[in-house]
Amino acid sequence: MGRFVARRLLQMIPVFIGTTLLIFLMVYSLPGDPVKAMFGTKAADPATVAKLRHDYGLDKPLIQQYWDYISGLFQGDFGQSFTGRPVADLLADAFPVTIRLALFAFVIELVFGIGLGVLTGLRRGKFLDQAVLIFTLIVVSIPVFVLGNMAQFLIGVKWKLVSPTVRDSEDLTQLILPAVVLALLSLAYVTRLTRTTVAENLRADYIRTAVAKGLPRRRVVGVHLMRNSLIPVVTFLGTDLGMLMGGAIVTEGIFNVPGVGNTLYQAVITSEGPTVVGVVTVLVLVYLVSSLVVDLLYAVLDPRIRYA
Amino acid sequence: MRGAKSAKWVVGAIVVAMAATACGGGNKDDDEGSAAVDPNGVFSYYNTEPQRGLIPTNTNEVGGHYMMANMFRGLVSFDIDNKLQMAQAQSVDTTDNQHYTVKLKPGWKFHNGETVTANSFVKAWNWAANAKNAQLNSSWYESIKGYEDVHPEKGDPKADTMSGLKVVNDNEFTIELSRPVSTFKQRLYYDAFFPLPEAFYKDPKAFGEHPIGNGPYKMEGSWAHKVELKVRKFADYKGDDKPKNGGIDFKFYSKDDAAYADLLSDKIDIMYQVPNSQVGKFQQDLGKRAISQAYGGNTNIGFPLYDKEWGKPEKAKVRQGLSMAIDRETIAKTALKGSKDAATGFTPKGIPGWQDGACGEFCKFDPAKAKDLIKQGGGVPGNKVTITYNADGANKEWVDAVCNDIRQNAGVECVTDAKSTFQESRDLITEKKLSNPFRMAWVMDFPNIANFVTEQFRTGAGANDMGYSNKDVDALMNKADEAKTPEEANKGYFEAEKKLMEDMPAIPLFTDHTVAGYSKRVQNVKIDYQRQAIWTEVEVKK
Repeated sequence: MGRFVARRLLQMIPVFIGTTLLIFLMVYSLPGDPVKAMFGTKAADPATVAKLRHDYGLDKPLIQQYWDYISGLFQGDFGQSFTGRPVADLLADAFPVTIRLALFAFVIELVFGIGLGVLTGLRRGKFLDQAVLIFTLIVVSIPVFVLGNMAQFLIGVKWKLVSPTVRDSEDLTQLILPAVVLALLSLAYVTRLTRTTVAENLRADYIRTAVAKGLPRRRVVGVHLMRNSLIPVVTFLGTDLGMLMGGAIVTEGIFNVPGVGNTLYQAVITSEGPTVVGVVTVLVLVYLVSSLVVDLLYAVLDPRIRYA
Repeated sequence: MRGAKSAKWVVGAIVVAMAATACGGGNKDDDEGSAAVDPNGVFSYYNTEPQRGLIPTNTNEVGGHYMMANMFRGLVSFDIDNKLQMAQAQSVDTTDNQHYTVKLKPGWKFHNGETVTANSFVKAWNWAANAKNAQLNSSWYESIKGYEDVHPEKGDPKADTMSGLKVVNDNEFTIELSRPVSTFKQRLYYDAFFPLPEAFYKDPKAFGEHPIGNGPYKMEGSWAHKVELKVRKFADYKGDDKPKNGGIDFKFYSKDDAAYADLLSDKIDIMYQVPNSQVGKFQQDLGKRAISQAYGGNTNIGFPLYDKEWGKPEKAKVRQGLSMAIDRETIAKTALKGSKDAATGFTPKGIPGWQDGACGEFCKFDPAKAKDLIKQGGGVPGNKVTITYNADGANKEWVDAVCNDIRQNAGVECVTDAKSTFQESRDLITEKKLSNPFRMAWVMDFPNIANFVTEQFRTGAGANDMGYSNKDVDALMNKADEAKTPEEANKGYFEAEKKLMEDMPAIPLFTDHTVAGYSKRVQNVKIDYQRQAIWTEVEVKK
């Protein structure tokens, strides 16, 4: 187990270097000159452009820029954004907001997704099952911007139940709406996934044995059935947490949440290499860690899976 | 008799109905200026997160400018009718448009208690013009004598100060220009010419996070990036435009649709630009609280005159022909839902110096003449018009409509070429990589015809994206630059504008509108030609 974790941690290093380099190259190849773009429709003054390029290190060869960036990273320096603020500050502003929103959405997914999934899995073909099936189908087929804008207009503007945008990201009541919109799509997937595995495992031998032993139903479902059925669901949830952390660009835009998605979008638009790479670096780490946690959870859930 | 009787009934019914509707519908919106006002009330204002630290000499975009415009006061300002007013200056005098004497109103204070002196201006301009400090607005000082010493094209500055700026005493300084500029007084309005306190030079970066100005509002608390920035009434403000409210909370939005939802719920009070998607229905949504009026910006199609084909002199006829194939009025009404007006030249109506008919018949819709002119000019290069634009602005609607008109009325194939970002399209344009027409827009820096004519069409001018050069037009502009009176100057620039149409380096299309709205919490909301509310005049209802 320990060796497995150590190996996985070591594997992160090349992945990390590869992704940051790729992103760096991609941002660099975006069309347009970010420094000249600062002048808007006015002519870019050559002396000022030269000075700014020098200040941001854009006049060096690309590989050297990348090297400077990575070596800065190991000293905890994320570089400067074109706004004149350290990228570290931008990240410190954006990530807590997105983490709050993502966790909120994640909890909604977990509770309702698994809850509904188990209920419908146990009552296959009954009315509730059909209703949930139709509901998830609808949710999956509506694009998120339609859903988000509809929810904002109806619940926020028309009925005035909540504020239409997030004005204070520490106020959980304001985060409810974007969190629900964010969660709905994955919630539909989680529900269907859980339903299927529960329904399958209900027919398994060990469940029959458990029932035959006369175990109470709560124990049969709660322990024996759930433990096995959750493996695919956990896999999905693990990657989904990474997705949520990646900042739902659309949802954050609709509800004006100053989170990661927003920051990333702005940075891409203005070709801010350091900011884009900074955000993505953190996201890569989130992904790597969450997939490691998922792998370790397998072993906990299913003793037959062992990492040698 | 019977008829008369029933007519009476009808009249009676109408009266009753009218009374009912008057009672039912009249009280929803408070009428302008009828509610009690809270002189310390704070209102919120839609804005975008400023792209850089808030230093006036480095601010050249809307998000940051709105903060600067409230926290600072320059020498001069403009009223809502674009009339030049003295602000921090007592007087700005010149006899030859080249030597200026500026006298300040004494006793003005910065928000930190420092007194505003002549040196607050001179030192700030010298600092910002210095190439070492890489300020985005540095080119604004280029007409001041000695600018090239502090801001050479290449290499280090030879001096720290411009020889054209001299402090006479605490409340007086003189400006000498390297050539006469008749609109220099108007130019002094721009953010680049604001004063800076001594505190600025200690730590410009910290200042950018928390500016200290001399304007009617001072910053409160710290700047919550991407969320909000608050300014409050400055008790020591000496100007005439004292705020009728307690302050402003600028709320930052990344998407204007989100802000519009807040406006409908009275969560923000003023939105100077409703989203493009709502232009068709915002007047319905907001009723009396909707504003649609002229704005100092235009939208045109520029041509790459540096291109071998488009640069041929006879192609002027082709451009004029294409111009006459476009039915501007109809596009403005239908595709653009009244958010723009058909242009009569490069200068929007209502700007000092504007006269009708700069473009003359070339902006009239006449398909027969259009075809004829295009034929005379030897046809469109490549027999196809491609219009390049940036898709991240609200451009698709009008570009598609213009292309349709060209196809239908001029019989020329027309395609649109959308670039994903403004940055990308600007790069192609400024690097002169395009061989086809492109979207060209201008938002005024100060309300005057000169700003619309000279910045884009003078030989070698900074925003002359077309690479256009015509000695006669330049001569007319130079003559206007040296004119003795503003009226004479305006006339001169209009002559130049008319002359431009003979070559038509760009096709004038539309002048823009401010489409704005405000909430039920505020009244007396007036918006000027720069699309800014007269913030100090806004009244917050109790």
